[in-house]
Formats: sequence, C-alpha cells, structure tokens
Amino acid sequence: MITTEILVIGAGPAGLMAAIHAAEAGARVLLVERADRLGGQLIKQTHKFFGSKAEFAGERGMDIAEKLINWSSDVSGITIWKNAVVLGIYPDGVVTISHEGAFCTARPKKIIIATGASEKTMAFPNNDLPGIYGAGAVQTLMNVHGVLPAKRILMIGAGNIGVIVAYQLLQAGVEVAGIVEAAPQVGGYRVHAAKLQRHGVPIYTSHSIQLAHGDSCLEGVTISKLDEKWQPIAGSEQYIAVDGLCLAVGLSPLTELLWQAGCEMKFAGELGGYVPLRDANMKTTHENIYVAGDVSGVEEASAAMVEGKLAGLYVASVLGHKKDSFTKEFQTAKSQLAALRSGPASVKICTGLSKVVLEEVG
Amino acid sequence: MRIVNHPILTFPQQDMVTFTLNGQKIEGVAGEPIAAALHAADIKVLRHSHERHRPRGLFCAIGNCSSCLMTVDGIPNIRVCIEPLRAGMVVETQEGKGKII
Ligand SMILES: Cc1cc2nc3c(=O)[nH]c(=O)nc-3n(C[C@H](O)[C@H](O)[C@H](O)COP(=O)(O)OP(=O)(O)OC[C@H]3O[C@@H](n4cnc5c(N)ncnc54)[C@H](O)[C@@H]3O)c2cc1C
Ligand code: FES
Repeated sequence: MITTEILVIGAGPAGLMAAIHAAEAGARVLLVERADRLGGQLIKQTHKFFGSKAEFAGERGMDIAEKLINWSSDVSGITIWKNAVVLGIYPDGVVTISHEGAFCTARPKKIIIATGASEKTMAFPNNDLPGIYGAGAVQTLMNVHGVLPAKRILMIGAGNIGVIVAYQLLQAGVEVAGIVEAAPQVGGYRVHAAKLQRHGVPIYTSHSIQLAHGDSCLEGVTISKLDEKWQPIAGSEQYIAVDGLCLAVGLSPLTELLWQAGCEMKFAGELGGYVPLRDANMKTTHENIYVAGDVSGVEEASAAMVEGKLAGLYVASVLGHKKDSFTKEFQTAKSQLAALRSGPASVKICTGLSKVVLEEVG
Repeated sequence: MRIVNHPILTFPQQDMVTFTLNGQKIEGVAGEPIAAALHAADIKVLRHSHERHRPRGLFCAIGNCSSCLMTVDGIPNIRVCIEPLRAGMVVETQEGKGKII
C-alpha cells in the first residue's frame, strides 16, 4: 500500500498545476497519468493560445505543456507515475492503480481528480466507418505521431476545435473539403476561420451531415442544408467525396471515477454533460475528493490551469501546508478565473456553473 | 502517409522496425502506437464489431473508446491506439470478442 498526502489523477494542465502548487506549499504528492507522457491534451496543440499572460497566452499549447512538465519535475515533493491508470476509488479510501502493468493500491489523504474529457460522437447512418475520427484523434495522429489521418477531410463543427484542427490539417498537407456547421454562424475563433477562408476552404453554415458512405472505409458523405428549425431541407442534399471525416462536436467530462466514489453529480449541458457538484474551492460532495479542469466541466486549458492551482493550494492548506502567501495567491487565482469567465463567450459556461457550484457542499 | 514537411513541427528520422499484420510484413517507428504505424501504411480497418461484423477503425486515439481493439502477440482486446510498437510484434485483426486462453 502506497501512502501519500495527495493523489492527483491525470497530468493534463489541471493535474500538473494542482500537483505543482500543492507540492510547492509543502505537501507530498503522487501524480499519476495513464499515458506514457505528461501534458494531457496540450501536447497536440500546435496553435498559439488566447487569454492573458498569467495563463501563457500567445504560446503554443505544446510549449505550455513542456513548461508545466519541467516545472513539475523541478518541484520536490512530487512523485510522478506514467503508464499508471487509476482503476477505482473505494469507500474505505483505497485507490487501485495499474502502474506499468502491475497492480497496486494507495491510500491518499486527499484526491484531486483531473481526468479531462472524452470526445462526443454524432448519430448518423454509418457513423462507425473507419476514417471517421474525433478531432482530438486527428490532432494526436498528425501533431504527436506525424502521421496523416487521410488525404481529404471534411470537418463537422465550426467551434474553436473545428476551426483550429481544420487549419492544422492544412498545415500538415491534408486537403480540407470544407467545414459543416449546423448553426447559422461560425462559433470558433475568428482568426482561424478567416485563415481557412483565405485558403479557399468552404464553410457550410446551417448544414449538417445526413449519412456517411463507404464499404470497408469512408468514401464520402452526404450533407444537407437546415431550415430555421434545424431540420434538413429536402432536395438540398450534396455529396462530398472524402476519405476522412472529423467530428468536432464537443467533449464530455470523463467522470467515471467520480461516479464510482459516490460524488453527487448533476447534468449541465453547458459544461458537456454530468459534472460533480462542488464548492468554489473545487471540493466535491465527498469529503476527500476535489476536482479540476475539464472533468468538472469542459472549458479551456487556461481555466483548467487556474482550477488546478486553486485545488492544489486549497487541498495542501487543508492538510496543514499553508504558505505565508496563501491568501494572496488563492485570491489572485480566484480573480483570474473570474476574469477568464467574464467575456461574452463565457455566458454558457457561467450558466452551467451556476447549476453546479454550491456555496457549501457535503 | 507520414508528414515530411511541416511549418511548425519537425519529425526527425527515427528507427524503423518490422512487425506483421495478419502475417504481412509492415514497417513502423519503434515506440509509436501500433495504430499510427498501421495508418502510416494506409491500413484503417482494425477490427470488426461483435454482432454485425462492421469494420471499425481509430476514433479517439487516446484509449478512451475501445474502437481500435486488436489481437497483439496473441492477446486480444489490445487498444492499439496507445500500445507502443516493438520489433517483431504479431498483430492480428480480431473477430468477435477475442479468445482468452
Ligand atoms: C483541438 C483543441 C484545441 C484547443 N484549443 C485551446 C485553446 O486555444 N486555448 C485553451 O485554453 N484551451 C484549448 N483547448 C482545451 C484544452 O486543451 C483543455 O480544456 C485542457 O487540456 C483540459 O485540461 P485537463 O487537465 O482538464 O484535461 P486533459 O488535458 O484532458 O488531461 C487529462 C489527463 O488525465 C489522464 N487520465 C484520464 N483518466 C485517467 C485515469 N483513470 N488514470 C490516470 N490518468 C488518467 C489523461 O490521460 C490526460 O492526460 C483545446 C482543446 C482541443 C481538443
Ligand atoms: S481509438 Fe479509442 S481506444 Fe483506441
């Protein structure tokens, strides 16, 4: 049985920041990551981030990942396990982990869950054909492994992820046949949408996919125009020949461990699905379990980092590790988070949060 | 296909190793996920679904969805999107749920 003060599950931006700040305050932290590298979603993001300086705006996601990883290895007090999947959290506080293929158990005093999110799919005939990918998968293949997912791709969804990945596909040398978006306007970053238009990529707003074609692999898709009630208009069907289809239709929080541990969950569509109820210090309804990042509601890396910092500082303080600068740092992080969520693009997030962030939990 | 020129990323030449897919010899980069090596060789059908035998490929590429299960060195239900490639691996398309001896 491994003993540690704080177990952080997942080493994306949220988990890394949580581990760093808890350890800097003096806590002993075990950070476990199921993948063979740290960084979560950031490692595949070749584009420069928006936001403010405090969250590394203007830097590429993959470079931010490297900074956080280096920082975490410089802080004493963090033990890092890669190839370590957390399998379960039991009522007696025991956590089971498969580390490098070996089964082990841990009994941490507190747990911070930062497992991120998984990609959503969409219902349409033949949506299981090989050649149909989630947008994150396409990014992983080309930006992490240097392998092209297809020769000609159609993107579904013109939110931030859709426009960014479409642009990254062009950079990798893939032909982008177009972007299909059900809403009447593009939801994603203007800069990226404008770049795509300059490259002659058509953006089909008020359109959706009707079905995919292909025998053993994807060969093409039929899209059609939608009326103002988002219903397909008969006769508007259009066939587009592609060997790749990329779905950028959202993420849902990876919450299995929270359910299993008995944390109270609530559906908030604005945050991607079921998320844990928690207070402003990221504490769930379970006395010893805290959350940070996309698993507590799908947002952005910037918010994930600040939530990680808040959770890390707070949990360490609960265990008696309180830096002199705690109050100042904690308040600064809270105002950073509020600033990140103050723009018009965050109205949806705030509506979701109002349903799940409680004054007091448990 | 592999990316050769990229405006931001560089992919240095890496050690190639040989493995087999259903007996056929294929080359891939040591340590990359088996699925990446298969994609680079233009192989996208990884398995067939249990009941209706529909072809399935890669969907999430990070081990979340189980769309990519294959038999590797005799062990079924391996998620090849996160399983690192090693020289001499025997990779097979899995039919059904896979036999566990
Ligand atoms: C295409 C794309 C573009 C984006 N662009 C931007 C942008 O411009 N600006 C921005 O701010 N954000 C952006 N984001 C969003 C950002 O990447 C995410 O919000 C952020 O990565 C979430 O961080 P996280 O730490 O919560 O989760 P993740 O980064 O997903 O990390 C979670 C980690 O937990 C691990 N894990 C999961 N389950 C277990 C388990 N049981 N045991 C052990 N480990 C586990 C996973 O392997 C993973 O490494 C983008 C996302 C995408 C996909
Ligand atoms: S593609 Fe999703 S688990 Fe491998």
